[in-house]
Amino acid sequence: MIRHAGLRALQGLLVLLVSSFAIYMLLGLMPGDPVDLMASGNPNMTPADVERLRALYGVDRPLLDRYGEWLSGLLHGDLGYSRMFAKPVLETIGPYLANTAALMLAAFALALALGLPLGLLAAARRGGKLDAAINAFAFVSAAIPTFWLGLLLIMVFSVVLGWLPASALPPPGAGGFWVHAQALILPVATLALVETGEYARHMRAAASEALAQDWIRTARAKGASELRVVLGHALRNALVPVATVAALGFGGLFSGALVTETIFAYPGMGKLIYDAVMASDFNLALACLLMAATLVIAANFAADVVYALLDPRVGASRAGGAP
Amino acid sequence: MRRAIAAAALTLLAVSGPAPAFAQPRETLTIAITQFPATLHPMIDSMAAKTYVLGMARRPLTTFDKDWKLVCLLCVELPTFGNGGAKRVPLADGKEGVEVTFHLDPRAKWGDGTPVTAADAIFAWDVGRHPRSGVAGGEGYRRILKVEAKDARTVAFTQDRVTFSYNDFSQYELLPAHIDRQRFEGDPENYRRRTAFDTEPTNPGLFNGPYRIVQVQPGASITLEPNAQWGGPKPYFRRIVVRTIENSAALEANLLSGSVDYVAGELGFTLDQALALEKRQAARFDFTYVPSLLYEHVDLNLDVPAFKDIRVRRALLFSADRAGLVRQLFEGRQPVARSFVNPRDSVYAPDVPEAPYDPERAKTLLDEAGYAPGPDGIRRDKEGNRLSFEFGTTAGNRIRETVQQALQANWRRVGIEARIRNEPARVYFGETLRKRRFQLAMYAWFSAPEAVPRTTLHSESIPSEANAWSGQNQPGIADAETDAMIDALERELDPAKRKPIWARLQARYAEEAWVLPLYYRADPFVIPKWLSGIEPTGHQYYSSLRIEYWRPK
Repeated sequence: MIRHAGLRALQGLLVLLVSSFAIYMLLGLMPGDPVDLMASGNPNMTPADVERLRALYGVDRPLLDRYGEWLSGLLHGDLGYSRMFAKPVLETIGPYLANTAALMLAAFALALALGLPLGLLAAARRGGKLDAAINAFAFVSAAIPTFWLGLLLIMVFSVVLGWLPASALPPPGAGGFWVHAQALILPVATLALVETGEYARHMRAAASEALAQDWIRTARAKGASELRVVLGHALRNALVPVATVAALGFGGLFSGALVTETIFAYPGMGKLIYDAVMASDFNLALACLLMAATLVIAANFAADVVYALLDPRVGASRAGGAP
Repeated sequence: MRRAIAAAALTLLAVSGPAPAFAQPRETLTIAITQFPATLHPMIDSMAAKTYVLGMARRPLTTFDKDWKLVCLLCVELPTFGNGGAKRVPLADGKEGVEVTFHLDPRAKWGDGTPVTAADAIFAWDVGRHPRSGVAGGEGYRRILKVEAKDARTVAFTQDRVTFSYNDFSQYELLPAHIDRQRFEGDPENYRRRTAFDTEPTNPGLFNGPYRIVQVQPGASITLEPNAQWGGPKPYFRRIVVRTIENSAALEANLLSGSVDYVAGELGFTLDQALALEKRQAARFDFTYVPSLLYEHVDLNLDVPAFKDIRVRRALLFSADRAGLVRQLFEGRQPVARSFVNPRDSVYAPDVPEAPYDPERAKTLLDEAGYAPGPDGIRRDKEGNRLSFEFGTTAGNRIRETVQQALQANWRRVGIEARIRNEPARVYFGETLRKRRFQLAMYAWFSAPEAVPRTTLHSESIPSEANAWSGQNQPGIADAETDAMIDALERELDPAKRKPIWARLQARYAEEAWVLPLYYRADPFVIPKWLSGIEPTGHQYYSSLRIEYWRPK
């Protein structure tokens, strides 16, 4: 198991290195560098200004040299400066990352907390009205666009009812946990609801399959209650495929967060990536995109570990000891 | 995507009613803008959001007021040749320059109580002209040859040329020498990373306006409170919160829900959104549409062979139904442009020839130019080349894309094909437009009142590889008469003598049709009924420069 985890971690690092090279080259090859953008918006810039700023920002040097320098900086823990924010990249990213992490974790937890029981319930009542209702909800939830749902929630709960704020951050100075939590309710609900259906559908499929197995029939024959059958026997087995879907979905939340952040005026990583790419802030864009890649790789890694924990045969077979 | 969001929002807003929850107490004013300023240093990078926010917290030496007149802000009296504040001086190279002397307002202090002095003006000059300081438009500072402190509150600037704008120091930002000079002198190249404006943006000593920044939530909001050292009229609001809401539908939802009090006219709603909102919310808000110096136009790349023929250029102009477009799309709120000079500008020439919608005249011009209709309705020259052009603008800009489609249909009727090829703003402005890789390009210029169009019309400003693609004469206008008029305008100090030159310049621009003028964009101000004192300017010196006069009715 440990060897397997180590190998996966090494693979992850290699993927990150390749990703960093690909992202750096793509960003560098995009038309219009930062000085081009400055010059296009500033009629007072002279040719001398352009040359001076190119040298100052280092964009007059070959792309490979710049990448090499960035990589060397990275090995020393220096991700460089953000040109847009005139601050070290790590310092710039910090607050945005914290915001996105809060949003994603809350949404992920809520989506799992709703999706898994709903899926399990649907599987236990397969073919019934409850199953049909949960299925319908799952399909609507998966089909509804994030921006539509976000606007709908804002209109209903902020504009019409006036119960909740329309922005995900409370006014500066408005203190207290509840005020902050209240401001996060709508964005978390938006992000979570579109994922809930996905988890419910997968859970329903996996649990239905588990409930059709011989050992479930045996458990029932032995007199186990339905609750025990579902929670004690079917759930653990159904969780194996669902864990993979959930782990991958966590990475996917990152992209969903961009829309949610935009609708709810929430300064998070999605928005930061967009702004950095649009403004050709190479260092910042690269760090943000790598962070997103790391998240996906970490989520996959977590899925592997959870998979192995839930099903010991997986870890054993990968370690070469399975019968 | 944006279109879908807007459509969704419109549908949702149509069924929603007002329910002002979460309203701030009136001692706090929450303003929404659509950008967040990346840096707060007044000289590094130019960004509308930064200009807007700093307008509340800092004061330049001069500015243009709502009537587009140059006025003092940090000075006591505008220096002129008439009052002895300006004089011609001989320069070392034998040419003539101007020395302008400003007396700083004796009440002016930085927020930490340090007086604003000539040393701050000198420091700003040192930063602005330093080649490694990272200031984008250093040219303005480098044109100043000497800055001299006559006394603590009197500063004289020697400029390297005599121009009529000698006393316009609206873009000259004094910097607090007592805070930033040491950071600058220690390492000028890294000053942009070490400046207190970004490392300690709540330092009161950075601000000399009615408010000072007290809190920055990156990407989300900037909070300001009254500057105790401000010597001007006492501002009413005890707290100003400027929040960034980039999505226009969310902007509207926040305004309607009361999460924000006011959406900045300069950086808020699009015109179509405000027009739609007015129909539903006229009882809650005052709607003001101010035609601004944002001049929307279509550039013709004069390197395209067909555009070298004035008849083709004029045919494009006569076949564009600009008045109809403005009437139908903007309910007539944005005036049709005859040239690059706004009718509100003092140098506007009302007798510039109009180019009314006249497709028959356009057809005649094209016939005369040798373009005959082909089997598909598109005209061709004698060699069979179709009169077909690529027409680009910023992708995702709903208004521009709608205008573009209307023009495409107009031109099609006279046998000209416009093939739409839009790109994201980053690529469009950073590459395509700047390097003149377009045929027809729609975008806008933003300028100041009586801004001489050297960078946009003078032949020396045609971007090319040789000049590192600088300058904004994207059409490639190389006209000796225009160049001469621009040179003459800058040198002529007498406004009365400048006026006929301006008139001739506008007439030539209109006659030659190097550029197709569309309209002057209007900033929609949606002001809550209870708020007064906001004076839309229509130029780049925003209404926030007079925030001390904003208060409840």
